[in-house]
Amino acid sequence: MSKRPIRILGLAPEAWPRLLMPLMMGMLLLGAWEFAVRHFGVPPYVLPGPLSIGDALVTNWPSLAAALMVTLRITVLALLVAVTAGVVLAVLFSQSKWVEMTFLPYAVILQVTPIVAIAPLIIIWVDNVQAALLICAWIVAFFPIVSNTTIGLNSTDRNLVDLFRLYGATRWQTLVHLRLPAAMPFFLAGLRISGGLALIGAIVAEFVAGAGGASSGLAYRILEAGYQLQIPRMFAALALISLAGVVIFLALSLLSHLILRRWHESALSPDR
Amino acid sequence: MPHPPLTETQGPGPAGTMPPAGGAVVSLRDVTKRYPNGTLAVEGLDLDIAAGSFVSLLGPSGCGKSTVLRMMAGLAPLTAGHIAWPQAAPRLGFVFQEPTLMPWQTALDNVALPLKLSGMARAGRHRRAREMLALVGLAEAAGRYPRELSGGMKMRVSIARALATEPDLLLLDEPFAALDEITRFRLNNDLLRLWEAHRFSAVFVTHSVFESVYLSQRVVVMAAGPGRLFADLPIEAPAARDEAFRTSPHYAALCRTVSEALAGGMAA
Ligand SMILES: Nc1ncnc2c1ncn2[C@@H]1O[C@H](COP(=O)(O)OP(=O)(O)OP(=O)(O)O)[C@@H](O)[C@H]1O
Ligand SMILES: [Mg+2]
Repeated sequence: MSKRPIRILGLAPEAWPRLLMPLMMGMLLLGAWEFAVRHFGVPPYVLPGPLSIGDALVTNWPSLAAALMVTLRITVLALLVAVTAGVVLAVLFSQSKWVEMTFLPYAVILQVTPIVAIAPLIIIWVDNVQAALLICAWIVAFFPIVSNTTIGLNSTDRNLVDLFRLYGATRWQTLVHLRLPAAMPFFLAGLRISGGLALIGAIVAEFVAGAGGASSGLAYRILEAGYQLQIPRMFAALALISLAGVVIFLALSLLSHLILRRWHESALSPDR
Repeated sequence: MPHPPLTETQGPGPAGTMPPAGGAVVSLRDVTKRYPNGTLAVEGLDLDIAAGSFVSLLGPSGCGKSTVLRMMAGLAPLTAGHIAWPQAAPRLGFVFQEPTLMPWQTALDNVALPLKLSGMARAGRHRRAREMLALVGLAEAAGRYPRELSGGMKMRVSIARALATEPDLLLLDEPFAALDEITRFRLNNDLLRLWEAHRFSAVFVTHSVFESVYLSQRVVVMAAGPGRLFADLPIEAPAARDEAFRTSPHYAALCRTVSEALAGGMAA
């Protein structure tokens, strides 16, 4: 505890390869890609090289950045609603077997129905496009949170539950001071999955909606660039989506690490 | 902390609520437990725990020791018989075989848990929890999380938590079974010291004949199939339980007596 571990730029030395190896691999692949495109003279409307994609990213930055913000807004909102609804539902499930028996199948149905198949319906039913997109993103993001949190709430150490009973804890005290904290690692694992899924849900719904105009997201930029055969711009939008997904995952991993680092085994070693 | 004389009689407890001298803190009458799956875990058990006494419950695995303890703690319903508490609203403490700490809370907050659940304000319960940690020799570790403590330290925290409410009856279910022998000896001595200072009543479940004789004033031997009382042996031993006692011929003789009773119970 007393001796401070060695750190390079805030990271433990053994954590650096985790960062450097994938980065080097990425550089290598990008280099090979650029080389291949040039060497074989692949036309940019079939496969643009990374440099021309970068160029398209810079030139179209204002419109792409605006689209990114639109997509991220939907994603984050959907994730917030999924967290709230998911945790509330999981708590209800954990309080009553009857509630769980009644509602769990519907949560499962919602989960296994492909979002592409129901997105058109939702977009028809809901007048407001933004709200329709939000609902689609929410549907895919919601299940991992419900199911993980439910498992977490139900797998509380039995002896601790007994201890709370012995000291006359109310249902509410047991929930707040025992079940919810015990479910935290499970919830956070679900949240990391849901973060990526919310983004996918938002993108898929945007594709289906195909909504243009000022409030259009990255998916629409991809469609638009496709129609106009501006393939580098299409790739630039695609790259932004992937980047957004990675950033969401890293942010949620960091959150998870910060919350769990003092007590949970999963946070012992540097997290992915 | 004043050390009262080592007898079963007992003056007023911490809250002045102890039953009269020599009274029982709890009485089990004809207690029977059948689990829903049909297992008859305990049948027709009569047992009185004298206030302020340290009683060990000894018996082969599966003879129903944990079941008896859980019934006393109100954690398992009885199938038949009844448990009488002469004193209204007795306070209980429970120490499990595992430390059973909340990994997301510091040692201090773990010890303060029973007080928090009873609605005590933060400052008060932390002060009390600090005292309890000091009592088990862990004053320094208050801010540490369970992961940062050794097995023996975790068990001390667990004991400190059980003592935080000044229990009238402390129930311990093989608390030291998972520890190495050196730590176990040390914790035995600590527990004795705490008991001598505070004179709570204790029911201590163990598999170890040596531990039961070293700690108790009375060893209750149970037999299995179904769980029942087989022998009830007073341990007539000096007030000072220490290394001298542990190595004395008297201790060896007591251990032999208890071992024989245990063997008899297993043969029965
Ligand atoms: N929840 C339960 N449901 C069904 N049977 C149980 C349950 N708990 C215990 N039993 C059974 O009751 C009997 C007594 O169990 P108990 O745990 O009280 O024994 P024990 O003396 O504490 O054993 P050990 O020394 O191994 O801890 C055993 O046969 C056990 O299988
Ligand atoms: Mg047991």
